[in-house]
Amino acid sequence: MVRFEGVEKTYPAYRGKPSVRALQGIDFAIPRGSITGVIGRSGAGKSSLVRLINGLEKPTTGRVEVDGRDISALSGRELRLAQRSIGMIFQHFNLLSSRTAAANIALPLEIAGWSKADIAVRVAELLDLVGISDKHDRYPSELSGGQKQRIGIARALATRPNVLLSDEATSALDPQTTRAILDLLANINLELGVTIILITHEMSVVRQLAKEVVVIEAGDVVESGNVADIFTHPKHEVTQTFLAEVLGDAIPVSLASRLQQQPLPHGQTVIRVQVRGTIAGDTVVARLARELSIDVALLAGKIDEIGGQHVGTLTLGIPGGETAERQVLSYLSQYQLSVERLGYVG
Amino acid sequence: MSAELINLLVQAAGESLFMVSVAALLATAFGLPIGVFLATSGKGELFAAPKVNAILGVIVNATRSTPFIILVVAIIPFTRLVAGTSIGSGAAIVPLTIAATPFIARLVEAAIREVDGGLIETASSFGASPLQIVFKVLIPEALPGLVLALTLAVVSLLGYSAMVGAVGGGGLGDLGIRYGYQRFMPEMMLAVVVVLIALVQTVQTVGDYVAKRVNRRLRHR
Repeated sequence: MVRFEGVEKTYPAYRGKPSVRALQGIDFAIPRGSITGVIGRSGAGKSSLVRLINGLEKPTTGRVEVDGRDISALSGRELRLAQRSIGMIFQHFNLLSSRTAAANIALPLEIAGWSKADIAVRVAELLDLVGISDKHDRYPSELSGGQKQRIGIARALATRPNVLLSDEATSALDPQTTRAILDLLANINLELGVTIILITHEMSVVRQLAKEVVVIEAGDVVESGNVADIFTHPKHEVTQTFLAEVLGDAIPVSLASRLQQQPLPHGQTVIRVQVRGTIAGDTVVARLARELSIDVALLAGKIDEIGGQHVGTLTLGIPGGETAERQVLSYLSQYQLSVERLGYVG
Repeated sequence: MSAELINLLVQAAGESLFMVSVAALLATAFGLPIGVFLATSGKGELFAAPKVNAILGVIVNATRSTPFIILVVAIIPFTRLVAGTSIGSGAAIVPLTIAATPFIARLVEAAIREVDGGLIETASSFGASPLQIVFKVLIPEALPGLVLALTLAVVSLLGYSAMVGAVGGGGLGDLGIRYGYQRFMPEMMLAVVVVLIALVQTVQTVGDYVAKRVNRRLRHR
């Protein structure tokens, strides 16, 4: 369990630069064993937020609790002990170039004072867990990005932490490798019950892995809760922007250039339907066409699954003039689908 | 060249090697911790002590800006205090060490600062103490740079050692001046220069080789 209570973080003025308020009024809780995405644009305060959780930064005011302990009140040896129960992985992996894969994983164990024999056993276990047992004696310079991040994950899990922090861990990886690493994280969450907190600016990461989401913007938590709830009913403009990123809300260029404001004879009315939730988003168009006997044209669209819910937009062309348009709109309104008329095409 | 002169040359080379190697060892022993401290004691750093850092920086710079021959003469009382005498190869080790220590400290500082700051954060994130970070992260990661720094220091010390003839330190430089220049024996001057070149080449080659061996940043095939 990770809990933020009234947290504010201000970086003091330094060398002529004014002080910066990175975070303010942060209040939220992350349930034990969950996978939570913290999403925000660059500079929104994500990195500061995650560094408060493992005590790399101290809040200016407020408290940050991890498993009931106020991390922000600890220092020195006590903090270092607490940090062993919080693992962290990084965008650029941060492996020691002078150590082999196995020795990199061993580092936190050496620091925690484990015996050589215990370290050897644990490292072998971890290499197996992340699926790179054959890379035991390889140096980071000999490994691919995905393999390096696997070492990073194994290292972060070495001391059996309860919480794993991921700071843009897949941002430097290609889409395929990203998927593999996210799958690995999902497995780790399932098998070890580790609470995972993912810092990211990529909606796809949240969509694929997270069950809970915290949206932050300009140092504020603007929305937080269940991924499906937040993304089926996004309230804040930033959340909508992130959603649009995966939904492809933009109207195709050729369609946009043909759109008119006035109805055209024998033309189509162009509408955009927002699909949110499981409300039969997949069959509604088919049923509409059948029940109203209207040949609805699918002009553009994308439906995706976020947190088990269908989310997306469909751009439809409706022939048959004003009467048909009215019928369609009233049909769709039964399903509480939000509909917007974009214009008319010939 | 007569057997007598060759004997002189061998003896001088021995003196040079003795002075340089002992001074290099001592200067590393002092310069390494000073360099590490300089690299880690700035504002907001591992051993944050900005004032001590600034004072130490001034001392290091002052020592480095004093011409070596002046340093040798200026610290004669101190040399006598430490070595019991101010004359001879043994005594010459004192000024050589004092000149090389700040030099090594700055090179060490530069090598340590080359280490990616993300690694310090990473080690902190799993609860490493500042000393653990120095010994388990900074020094191993900076090792190739440290080896090259030490190589450079030894080469510079060979150059400095030519000047300790002024306090009877002996060595190759002294031989070159006394026989090659003052007695006008160009063959002796040439021999001294050739030996010095061979020494510097050997030190540099060994240093480069070791630095390459400990550098894991390169791809191994």
